[in-house]
Amino acid sequence: MAKTAQWRKIHPPPPPPAQQQSEKPHEPKPETEQFPLPTILTYPSSTPPTLITQGAEARLYKTTYLLPSLPAALKYRPPKTWRHPVLDARLTRHRILAEARVLTRCRRAGVPVPAVYAVDEGAGWLAMEWIGGPPARAAINEWLKRRKEEEGGEGRAVPVTGKEERDKQLVALMRRIGSAVGRMHGVGVVHGDLTTSNMMLRPWEKGREPANGYAATGEGVGDGLLDGDIVIIDFGLASQSTSDEDRAVDLYVLERAFASTHSRAEALFTATLESSYKETFKQAPVVLKKLEEVRMRGRKRSMIG
Amino acid sequence: MASPSDSQTASSLIETIQLEHVPSSYTVLVGLFKDVSNAEFLQQQLLGRNSEYEYAFIDASSVISRIQVLAAVYKAITIHMSGSMKTPNVHSEIVCSLSPNNNISEAYRRFGITPSSSKHLIIVKVLTPLPAITTTTTSSSPLTPQAVHQHLFANVKGTPTPFTDEVLQSGLTDWAKVRKYYKLNGVGWLDSIKDESLRRREAEVLVLGSMALRSL
Ligand SMILES: Nc1ncnc2c1ncn2[C@@H]1O[C@H](COP(=O)(O)OP(=O)(O)OP(=O)(O)O)[C@@H](O)[C@H]1O
Ligand SMILES: [Mg+2]
Repeated sequence: MAKTAQWRKIHPPPPPPAQQQSEKPHEPKPETEQFPLPTILTYPSSTPPTLITQGAEARLYKTTYLLPSLPAALKYRPPKTWRHPVLDARLTRHRILAEARVLTRCRRAGVPVPAVYAVDEGAGWLAMEWIGGPPARAAINEWLKRRKEEEGGEGRAVPVTGKEERDKQLVALMRRIGSAVGRMHGVGVVHGDLTTSNMMLRPWEKGREPANGYAATGEGVGDGLLDGDIVIIDFGLASQSTSDEDRAVDLYVLERAFASTHSRAEALFTATLESSYKETFKQAPVVLKKLEEVRMRGRKRSMIG
Repeated sequence: MASPSDSQTASSLIETIQLEHVPSSYTVLVGLFKDVSNAEFLQQQLLGRNSEYEYAFIDASSVISRIQVLAAVYKAITIHMSGSMKTPNVHSEIVCSLSPNNNISEAYRRFGITPSSSKHLIIVKVLTPLPAITTTTTSSSPLTPQAVHQHLFANVKGTPTPFTDEVLQSGLTDWAKVRKYYKLNGVGWLDSIKDESLRRREAEVLVLGSMALRSL
């Protein structure tokens, strides 16, 4: 610390350029007027940034990094005016850094997550690889909808058991989810908010489908709808942990989320998740036992509540 | 004397790059020189703080891609804008931004110019906006891209070469070094990727991640 201060005395940084204030930002678009852009996105770019989501804590923009040809996702945590500014800056810094660290750790270990491009924790943003394709949630829902339409749309939809030939694409996707989660847990990362919204379905490049049978192609509902690699995103609540309890809670959250968003495939999901999770994660049996306990607690709580 | 068309082709080998999300008052010039024979002289100018030689001299053997260099330039510019530089100028800041850690002298040694090992050099010049308050001392007129081209061609004894991934991949990158500097040796799955271009792409984003999280 002291060293840096001294260094600065000898080499004072130049005063900030005058243009910094006067640089013309993009004409605010209707949607951004409501949400002022982070400063970094007000500087010129080949295409204007687009606001993808405005969550409670963070905003996600689609933008570019370095070159017009390199799309990027920029996650921005704007200052919270109701919090003390010093505390707020600290919390934001901390959260951005924690997310960036977990992402790079996962990526290095070969877990499918977006690569980190750049971080400015002071300004509250993190730029990462843009993952093309829909969130898994949207793809699964669309698939379930088409399956129901095939049935004629009348009455209750037939539960997806995985036994039917036409369901094999969904089974394959569930397997890919289970193995991605297993790999993540295997490198000591717990996600904290596992849902099918926090997983993207990145389209396969030609000729790069997985060869392990987890890519079911061919006949089935909604041809190609469920094709693609699972990429886990949103590590805003993640932590580095090797606790089996934490891992079991991660699985439980995913299971509950799946049940409420895609209830017709709930039972199938539980079974498929467990088996594919085991394949990529050695300690899976211990975690799955814990998961039983967590489920019990959950049931009790819902009976009382 | 070179004919106009000659100097034009030579000049086009020093690219002007407009980076995304950088104020247009910054101009980035990048060139690659192969087989540089006067690295020692160039380093002496840096050490002597000869302002005419204020460039980022990057050892091409520590570089795997264009994007890696541009990411360092981008980071250095954002640091320059925020006024939080830890080294004398934006160019030294570029060299340090290539490093995955905060050790400044190590960064100069590994990514900057060294007379013994630097054969091929990537040279970056950032023309920064004039400071808001200019002290009245001999403020020389601002540099133009043309002046930079001329200065480089006159003083760097090497062969200007297009700064492309293909050129870097044609034997300029020293993979053993890159693996060591960015700690890629323990990354087993990377080695098992058979497709060469995919493997490079994966290595590249790991390098970008290390650079982004430097010091953190
Ligand atoms: N790397 C990415 N590539 C493409 N789209 C992304 C990427 N990251 C996020 N998105 C999109 O933006 C949405 C919101 O991102 P994310 O889930 O990270 O933010 P959040 O839920 O608002 O954050 P937090 O829960 O940390 O406050 C995602 O559901 C997804 O559609
Ligand atoms: Mg989310």
